[in-house]
Amino acid sequence: MAALSPTEFRVSPVDAVALETRAADLGTRSIKKASKVAGLQLAIRMMDLTTLEGMDTAGKVRQLCQKAMRPLPSRADVPSCAAVCVYPDLVPIAVDALRGSTVQVASVATGFPAGRTDRATKLREVELAVAAGATEIDMVIDRGAFLSGRYGEVFDEIGAVKAACGAAHLKVILETGELKTYDNIRRACRIALLGGADFLKTSTGKVTPASTPPVVLLMLEMVRDWFLETGHMVGVKAAGGIRTGKDALKYLVLVAETCGDRWLSPQWFRFGASALLTDVCMQLEKERTGRYQRATDFSAD
Amino acid sequence: MAKTKNETKVDGERELTFGGVWNYAPSPEGIDHFTIPKRCELFVGGEWIKPKTGEYFATVDPATEAVLSEVALAGDKDVDAAVKAAQKAFVGWRKLSGEDRARYLFRIARILLERQREFACLETLDNGKPIKETRDVDIPLAAQHFFYHAGWADKLELLFPGQSPEPLGVVGQVIPWNFPLLMAAWKIAPALAAGNTVVLKPAETSPLTALRLCEVFQQAGLPPGVVNVITGDGKTGAALVRHPGLAKVAFTGSTEVGKEIQRAVAGRSVELTLELGGKAAHLVFEDAALDQAVEGVVRGIFFNQGHVCCAGSRLLVQESVHELFVDKLRRRMARIRVGNPMDKNTDMGAIHSAAQLARIRELVGDGQASGCELYQPKCELPKKGYWFAPSMFTGVTMSHRIAREEIFGPVLSVLTFRTPEEAVEKANNTAYGLSAGIWTDKGARILWLAERMKAGVVWNNTFNRFDAASPFGGFKESGFGREGGRQGMRGYVRLQGGLLPG
Repeated sequence: MAALSPTEFRVSPVDAVALETRAADLGTRSIKKASKVAGLQLAIRMMDLTTLEGMDTAGKVRQLCQKAMRPLPSRADVPSCAAVCVYPDLVPIAVDALRGSTVQVASVATGFPAGRTDRATKLREVELAVAAGATEIDMVIDRGAFLSGRYGEVFDEIGAVKAACGAAHLKVILETGELKTYDNIRRACRIALLGGADFLKTSTGKVTPASTPPVVLLMLEMVRDWFLETGHMVGVKAAGGIRTGKDALKYLVLVAETCGDRWLSPQWFRFGASALLTDVCMQLEKERTGRYQRATDFSAD
Repeated sequence: MAKTKNETKVDGERELTFGGVWNYAPSPEGIDHFTIPKRCELFVGGEWIKPKTGEYFATVDPATEAVLSEVALAGDKDVDAAVKAAQKAFVGWRKLSGEDRARYLFRIARILLERQREFACLETLDNGKPIKETRDVDIPLAAQHFFYHAGWADKLELLFPGQSPEPLGVVGQVIPWNFPLLMAAWKIAPALAAGNTVVLKPAETSPLTALRLCEVFQQAGLPPGVVNVITGDGKTGAALVRHPGLAKVAFTGSTEVGKEIQRAVAGRSVELTLELGGKAAHLVFEDAALDQAVEGVVRGIFFNQGHVCCAGSRLLVQESVHELFVDKLRRRMARIRVGNPMDKNTDMGAIHSAAQLARIRELVGDGQASGCELYQPKCELPKKGYWFAPSMFTGVTMSHRIAREEIFGPVLSVLTFRTPEEAVEKANNTAYGLSAGIWTDKGARILWLAERMKAGVVWNNTFNRFDAASPFGGFKESGFGREGGRQGMRGYVRLQGGLLPG
């Protein structure tokens, strides 16, 4: 494909102050009682339980898979997570541990988290992860190419990875903490949407800031407008830095009031998190029993 | 309601739906932490006194029409007593050092913040505006005005160097019902900072928070008579502005009443500031951050049910993005949560009074009858109380009444323009000149436009933002004089020397 010029990825501007004001304003919604319980349960069903560490082992991944399937073993009404997210070499372990469950296996790929490797290696990594049974691929965009204005390269790479994914869903990680400006993030969203992303994902979790409410609001506006423009739905995954049930509910409010009912499902909105699940379980038990339980009552996996 | 459009144009397959999957449970703010007295008296000379008229009138909760309290109706004799109390207090108050006056103002601000929740609830009950706004805007801003002006009390010489600023005397202040406590703070704080004493007359339909503010004055140990609050109707206000003991009248309210007041003070040695109506324009250019502009326009017209003198009631959109922008607005309006003002998730509360509701209906009816297209999102309005759905008219021209007259309700009129020159011409084509909003990403255009807007406040890529340090006031029939900032202080002092223009 011929190189595309920046004009082909032009987007309208974002006003940072007003965007942040709107996100903060929606953050003041008061979510109580039945809506809190329903929201927390939905958050679990939307969760990609994640471990992406150098010290990951087969044992660690198996523990995580068990927790993803039964977050609160004593409570049948607490649903399973959406997926478990691991590095490509651990995909077979997760596939094996999650067999027979509804929990999907997601794998990061394309030289995660920095993406600083050649195209062929990136694509090979995707192929291996898919061959091993991953049904969702979380790729990183080439931020170097993006920040030097080579938008066409970013676009081409997303297209190539999408092709390599086959039937697997492609989540495109923008690493918004490295793109810095909302205008950049908006343009990266546009490139990913044109490139065939099934999901827009904020962050690797390795860069601060990771997911923030204004960034996710911006991404939700992009997928909403894309849907109204093309009729095609694309999901959003907020990843990194979301640690509490309260935070998760704030993101759900953003979804509910920006994109509405269609996106309030694990098919179209995800949380990428490692520590969030325990707090959500704790909040659910608090709502059920009226008091906070000991931390030791919840699995530490 | 013949020509009402309830659905957006995009077909159902490609449309968004809201509220079908996950709903917010009711989250009402508690009201058992304070009580409203069955009867409220006048606050004169630091004491609660019964009105010499012996009459009382009811104040109701606009959301339910329930009577909240009976409030004293002040007559001529009560007005006279209040002005005399203020005159008596002026002797001592003006002699106090600025530092000492500042101490009182700081104390008032602190107590107000300590009692913030109670004031927010009371304001919402008496006014009908959502608790979210009283909690996050009205009460904190009211406190900020006391804090800010406390800072000037001992620095008057720095404000007006070489001009020996002196207080004016007794100030008669008449305030409206749309921001009852905030307007009281806007008026009282600078007056006291400069060494004046005050007789304040709150609006007939929303007197409760101004009366409760008197409790704060008592708690702060403010000397008796420095602030007097008399409640009543239009006649009470008229008696106040006609009283010969006043050195200044400050009024916020309708242009109609403003003109009457101007006539009443004509030929007297009385200073006057008027903050009156508005018909502000929002200019949205095609290069603007449209999603954020939508938020700004919504905030501009639906904040406080549109009961805002600087509300952005005329939307001027560049023709090239008109359809897109109106579609975005429709979808956004469908998500405005209208209902119980005490619920923390309510975005828009009740219309303040039956009279105001009738006025809104009359003008909206006129808009429909003259061929403009009305859009109102589906929303279930409560049976009791005064309610009106968020509304938007398209196909409006400068010749329509809804583009010229102040509706003072949640009704937006959408017009279009082709060039910046046309935008300026249309924006300024009004009897008013209080505020304007500019939405564009181009810095040079912002400056070019701001220079040409005949409006006291020009907001750029935001709207309805207020700060005690920022002067507020109008051009033309929106009145004269400024409130807030250094310019606001000028309205409460008499200058000698005149080394600098006043």
